[in-house]
Amino acid sequence: MNPRVTLATTRRILQQLRRDPRTIALLLVLPTALTAVLRYVFDDDQAVFTRVGPLMLGIFPLATMFVVTSVATLRERTGGTLERLMTTPLAKLDLLLGYALAFSVAAVAQIAVLLPVSLLLLGLEVEGPLWALVLVAVLVAVLGVALGLLGSAFARTEFQAVQMFPALILPQVLLCGLFAPRDSMGPVLGLLSDLMPLSYAVDALRALAVEPGFGSGQAVDTAVIAGVALAALLVGAATLPRRTG
Amino acid sequence: MVNSCVRVSGLHVVRGGREVLHGISFDVPRGQVLGLLGPSGSGKTTLLRAIVGVQVVASGSVDVLGAPAGDRSVRGRVGYATQSPAVYGDLSVRENLAYFADVLGLPRGAVAEVIERVDLAAHADRVVGALSGGQRGRVNLAAALLGGPELIVLDEPTVGLDPVLRERLWALFHELAAEGAALVVSSHVMEEAGRCDRLVLLREGVVLADATPAELRAGTGTDDLDQAFLRLVRQEAQA
Repeated sequence: MNPRVTLATTRRILQQLRRDPRTIALLLVLPTALTAVLRYVFDDDQAVFTRVGPLMLGIFPLATMFVVTSVATLRERTGGTLERLMTTPLAKLDLLLGYALAFSVAAVAQIAVLLPVSLLLLGLEVEGPLWALVLVAVLVAVLGVALGLLGSAFARTEFQAVQMFPALILPQVLLCGLFAPRDSMGPVLGLLSDLMPLSYAVDALRALAVEPGFGSGQAVDTAVIAGVALAALLVGAATLPRRTG
Repeated sequence: MVNSCVRVSGLHVVRGGREVLHGISFDVPRGQVLGLLGPSGSGKTTLLRAIVGVQVVASGSVDVLGAPAGDRSVRGRVGYATQSPAVYGDLSVRENLAYFADVLGLPRGAVAEVIERVDLAAHADRVVGALSGGQRGRVNLAAALLGGPELIVLDEPTVGLDPVLRERLWALFHELAAEGAALVVSSHVMEEAGRCDRLVLLREGVVLADATPAELRAGTGTDDLDQAFLRLVRQEAQA
């Protein structure tokens, strides 16, 4: 691993992103627009939005970053640039961290739109510190990048790559506590829920919405998200083959 | 010090459950342009991929610059250009090459140098996706030349190019060889064979001949290398 190569990779990915204004617009606008829709879906019952709204800070960045990363990596593979890079001194972790850093920048921008709009225009109320919300949201976005990289390290075709979304992300959304409280789940689902990193983001965001500080519980949740993201990057780097058949 | 830049010996490669290279052996010394000739499907690309170390190999060995192909110590000393351009279509020529130069740890001057070499200075700030196929191919080639690699592996670099440009590229290949690099250049067009210092003819995953163009002409009794190839195939079938 070499920080120079990692940062060069980050810069290159951001340059590519800059050439694609429509993707930037979608990344910035989509989560906010969907959160706004959610707000008006529960127009009659503001309490539901107060309960569910903060969780969107975790779910939307995870989903968008996962999809963008999967496709970007797939393009790198089918375009032959991945093979070219594999003949250079670039370490696989340089590539993966390069992606993680670049899309973290995108995630910060995404949250910089989502958070103010939610708080000021959609009437979202949170008691906890803003920096903690941003931290959790960015870490979840990095988790999305890491899982996207891991998923596409396994996928060999476009069809497999797109199905990584329902395979890796939807179960997390179902079991994270958005639809039913986690402690009401049976032992099997409860265990699965405990194994899914998004559950910890939802726990942290839910607590930050109602408690004024950043407690040890949220610190643990945050550490779990960061740990899983890092582990996914390392496993992704290990599973990405330098040689193919 | 090893004299061979590339030493392939007894190389077998299996792809999709089928053996596509059946025990390939040859050497490439420094300063030589080796032409890897053969029809489409003969295993040229697979062999090149084995040399640059991105191909899973069933048995045999490929040594490059004194180390196993793909070894950490040789990555960055080997330039590789795939047949279809492996560059970022949404970046400019300069941005593409600057990235690959950063990956190789090269100074900024390296980028301008290769842009000049492949004659793309006038297009350096254009987005690669907006270039013609031939220009894109040259960006791909420029990326393979970054940092003055000791071994340059080019997969069909002249396909689809006009004769003037093809002439210029072959002159460039010999220039690079004269500077001390070894080049392995694949082609399925026999008329290009005459431009190489030495030829390895590949057919259905076996080496049909390993000779200079002159030796090949003499051995088959024809001046036409296309005919020479056909005669070799016929001799092989009879044997």
